[in-house]
Amino acid sequence: MSDAVEKRPLAERLAEATPGGIARRMRGLSDRSITWLFISPTIALLLAINIFPLLWTVVLSFTNYRANREAPIRWFGIRYYADILTDPDIWAGMQVTARFVVSTIVIETLLGFALAFLIDRKFRGHGFWTTVILIPMMLSPAVVGNFWTFLYQPQIGLFNHAVSFLTGIPPSSFTMIGDVTLAPWSIVIVDAWMWTPYVMLICLAGLRSIPNDIYEAAEIDRASAWRQFWSITLPMALPFIMLAVLFRGIENFKMFDLVNLLTNGGPGSTTELASITLKREAFEKWRTGYASAFAVILFVSIFGLANIYVKALNRVKQR
Amino acid sequence: MSTAAVAHSVVTPSPRAKWIAGVLVVAYALISMIPLFWIVITGLKTPSDSISYPPKILFTPSLEGYVNLFTTRTRQTPEFIASLPPATTWYDKLVRSRNMVIAGPSRYLERYVNSLIIGFGSTFLAVVLGTIAAYAFSRFKVPAKDDLLFFILSTRMMPPIAVAIPIYLMYREVGLLDTHLGMILLYTAVNLSLAVWLLKGFMDEIPREYEEAAMIDGYTRLQAFIKVVLPQASTGVAATAIFCLIFSWNEYAFAVLLTSGNAQTTPPFIPFIIGEGGQDWPAVAAGTTLFLIPIVVFTVLLRKLLLRGITFGAVRR
Repeated sequence: MSDAVEKRPLAERLAEATPGGIARRMRGLSDRSITWLFISPTIALLLAINIFPLLWTVVLSFTNYRANREAPIRWFGIRYYADILTDPDIWAGMQVTARFVVSTIVIETLLGFALAFLIDRKFRGHGFWTTVILIPMMLSPAVVGNFWTFLYQPQIGLFNHAVSFLTGIPPSSFTMIGDVTLAPWSIVIVDAWMWTPYVMLICLAGLRSIPNDIYEAAEIDRASAWRQFWSITLPMALPFIMLAVLFRGIENFKMFDLVNLLTNGGPGSTTELASITLKREAFEKWRTGYASAFAVILFVSIFGLANIYVKALNRVKQR
Repeated sequence: MSTAAVAHSVVTPSPRAKWIAGVLVVAYALISMIPLFWIVITGLKTPSDSISYPPKILFTPSLEGYVNLFTTRTRQTPEFIASLPPATTWYDKLVRSRNMVIAGPSRYLERYVNSLIIGFGSTFLAVVLGTIAAYAFSRFKVPAKDDLLFFILSTRMMPPIAVAIPIYLMYREVGLLDTHLGMILLYTAVNLSLAVWLLKGFMDEIPREYEEAAMIDGYTRLQAFIKVVLPQASTGVAATAIFCLIFSWNEYAFAVLLTSGNAQTTPPFIPFIIGEGGQDWPAVAAGTTLFLIPIVVFTVLLRKLLLRGITFGAVRR
């Protein structure tokens, strides 16, 4: 710890720099007023831009309000909620979202953990290559997603030619974003490309948190490398893996920017994630009340699922 | 940590294991760079090279994409172009060789400047407010502290579109729609939740004895915070600032719904760079390249800070 080393000179410097005076100390603000002074701007801003809108959404969700009309607002009670929860289209959309979330999480976790494990072998130059791998996750999903539509073009796009090069299928025989069965995969591929590095990073933190002596003890007991992996590496990295899954799950449940530009929910509604439906209802059909009800349902689902998951995570951590 | 590493398979892998791991990781890294490589080279192609079948890897580089990105052009007859005084600049010549005349600048630069203003403005606000709030949360008794912190974080679980609906209505009422100030405030609020969490973690790591020593020496609490704690927290503040900046720079959902002619940032603008008959891919790629470069440079230069922030933020939560 470098802290302890720096401590003495710092205190000495401070002693020189300030004429000792209890009077000066008393002149300062009390801790209580500093607390409020420091916290209130944050609370005020969050109240104005997060909480107030949230409450407003809840209120609007009980009305038939349309943001593009002057018509008088009528109370609708829970009618929209009932409509949404019994609408087969909404449930189909939820299935699309769930499939997207599950497939991205599976791919990103497997690939991300494998990469982290390999990087943790500490080969020469692993720091540099880790940075290179990180680059996609730092970029704007919207801007990059927009360019992927070009890579996915059947005639001229690089992706189809790469697939053709590897498998021999003619490049113009399939279209990733225009095909009903391939379109869901087109968004999964781009999401995995962008976010596998994120899972990798968190897994890497997990692997590095395992103390070496545990492996050393296992080595003395002549446990095989395979055995060490299953009974030390994986269980000890598991809380981190689960954390990565949680973050990716929340993010992909509310995924919007990448998909909006890449497929915009199409073809048909095969890639219409919950956020895309929400955008259509709120900003294309202008059914503000209906969209608000849907937003509340989504928020409650994310919040509820995340809370259940965190409970499970804590149980794993305690083991 | 002080025990000397014993040579064995997991803690110190064999050279062969290292070699295989290295090859696989480098292969993944190179493959994942292909789309970015393609963006950069598409920006240097002519429109016809960019849509050739099969895609061209070897081509004569051209700056046409960049010229098209920054200008608006009108098509003219060859006779009209011949009647003009000779072109004085290389880009005039390039455009005229396509039977076009430059009509004026495009709005790309404006959008880029908007991204800079909104990005830096919101980062500055989020970091300042986040730092002081984090200090208070880290050092003082705050009523219902855990609930407040959890509440601050839970605001990030809202889908951006869901938040955008009431924000849109609210901004329309108070006239903040499509303004820089409105976007700065919005991004500040979104970033603030992460900033408070990250910074509280960094502040918790700074021993309280530092300030206490300073206060015994006559500093007020405020002076101790500014002169003792802040310098110690500078790494954490920098890491947080980078995260806020990257978020604001990349953000699309709010930008596309809440801005249009005046305060629009670059991400919603780039998909609408169109030429004659559809998207002008070299210009789109040029715009994308210029937009991504700062982030790539940031990532490479500040990787230590970024790594610390990402893993730290994740693991603490």
